[in-house]
Amino acid sequence: MNQRIANSLPPGTAASTEKKNGAMISVRGLTKRLGAQEILRGVDLGVAHGETLVIIGRSGGGKSVLLKHLIGLMQPNEGEIWIEGQNIIGMNERQLGAIRRKIGILFQGAALFDSMTVAENIAFPLREAGERDPKVLRERVREMLEVVELEGQEQKMPVNLSGGMKKRVGLARSIIRRPKCVLYDEPTSGLDPVVSDSINKLIRRLQERFGMTSIVVTHDMKSAIDVGDHIAYLHDGQIYFHGTPNELQQTTDPILQDFMHGRSREELRVES
Amino acid sequence: MFVRFFSALGRPILRFIQYLGEVVLLAAETFMSIFTRKLRWKLFLNQVVEVGLLSQLVVVITGGFTGAVFAAQTFFQFNKLGMGSATGAVVSVAILRELGPVLTALMVAGRVGAAMSAEIGTMKVTEQIDALRALAVHPTDYLVVPRALAMMVSMPLLVAECAAVGIAASYFIAIFLLEINGTYYMANMVKWTLSRDIIMAVSKAFCFGILIVFISCHKGLTAREGAVGVGRATTEAVVNSSLAVLICNFFLTMTLNIIYPAGYQ
Ligand SMILES: Nc1ncnc2c1ncn2[C@@H]1O[C@H](COP(=O)(O)OP(=O)(O)O)[C@@H](O)[C@H]1O
Ligand SMILES: [Mg+2]
Repeated sequence: MNQRIANSLPPGTAASTEKKNGAMISVRGLTKRLGAQEILRGVDLGVAHGETLVIIGRSGGGKSVLLKHLIGLMQPNEGEIWIEGQNIIGMNERQLGAIRRKIGILFQGAALFDSMTVAENIAFPLREAGERDPKVLRERVREMLEVVELEGQEQKMPVNLSGGMKKRVGLARSIIRRPKCVLYDEPTSGLDPVVSDSINKLIRRLQERFGMTSIVVTHDMKSAIDVGDHIAYLHDGQIYFHGTPNELQQTTDPILQDFMHGRSREELRVES
Repeated sequence: MFVRFFSALGRPILRFIQYLGEVVLLAAETFMSIFTRKLRWKLFLNQVVEVGLLSQLVVVITGGFTGAVFAAQTFFQFNKLGMGSATGAVVSVAILRELGPVLTALMVAGRVGAAMSAEIGTMKVTEQIDALRALAVHPTDYLVVPRALAMMVSMPLLVAECAAVGIAASYFIAIFLLEINGTYYMANMVKWTLSRDIIMAVSKAFCFGILIVFISCHKGLTAREGAVGVGRATTEAVVNSSLAVLICNFFLTMTLNIIYPAGYQ
């Protein structure tokens, strides 16, 4: 019943106008070709202020590519991206600066600056915003490290951190400036279940305390259901499903069920 | 048949023009940023240390041995004509006008240009450039501007150092090994070396610095994925900047020679 909810919305309805004006992020007909491959084929997506949207989908399905479009790191072949009522397509790098100050991103590979210590990485956005007082910087960094449960790791270099630790430093760096919206690219992959859970709780807490809007890309169904207000399933370059965690759990759609229960299609065919 | 011939001919030319355009755009963007944005002093000073201070050993050795060997060869030829004491004049003018700037630029392209493209290229392929952009920091402001300014400041000084060491080395070789009369050597050198030779050295140094920094940074910023991509970017940065230095040197000599003609008049 609830499949293709996003796609079934006719363009120009009240809902889509509301999305452009009132939503944090609104994406229309996003198409992206990389080489011969069409990665995104008309993605439509809306995220309201203060909402947490989880994007799930198969590995290599274009989730990271989609996130990079949302802050203008990649330019689409077609489509529109509206951030708080501003179309960012065609903006130049300097104009995008204003948009990017509103939106933080945690990269899938963390993308820490490898010539800087953990503390310098985390303080970087504040420093760039003009904060010079070393005492303030040190205090804010300590606070952020506490939030991501990495107390006392200030002076380590990124090469000496494990994957999960890098992720958490990247997370601290992306939220230290308290952006309105944060895009998380697989924040819990490679982390042990306990830390994963605390990251999920952190995303929730940021939403509740600061009203942050979040988009979380993940493979992990448990995280998805824990943190998401809405869940979108990216399949074949389009949003195949967009609904609440409850709706997803009750779905009878075979493709969604396969994904949720981690079954591959081949095995299914053998069984039946 | 003709179409294929011309498109095969045209494609590399178009690609070359596009490449030139990209480098020029990067340079334009950098100069725009230099004049309109706040400079990151710490990064700039770090680069001055990297580019200027740490290149000195290489430059001093290059200048010293080139000056020495050039003095010896000039003397061997000139002495047959009884003009041994003119060696100093030839050496100092040649080092200031050609050898100093070109050799320094080639050494700096190998040392500094390679490091710049490798460093920026690695940042590119590990998404650190994207991270900068995502944090609303323009890569040109953060990476290219400090390097370009450091290069513009350091290259003239390095070339001056290279020439000074070269001339000094030629003097010692001349006096102690070739047994030229020191007073004549000095007198001829001072007589034939003019301030416009020094201006030429410094102008060339400045231009070569600009060539090297923009070619190398551009290669880094456009590096392709993986270790291979960074390796290729580095090699191409060194090769392209060395070729650019040698080619531009010819045109610079021809143009600057109109403004600052060689020789005593
Ligand atoms: N810069 C790029 N150039 C070419 N292809 C890319 C690039 N980035 C991603 N791709 C391709 O796009 C597809 C989607 O990648 P990605 O968005 O990383 O998937 P995921 O959903 O796992 O995050 C993959 O097939 C990948 O090979
Ligand atoms: Mg991904």
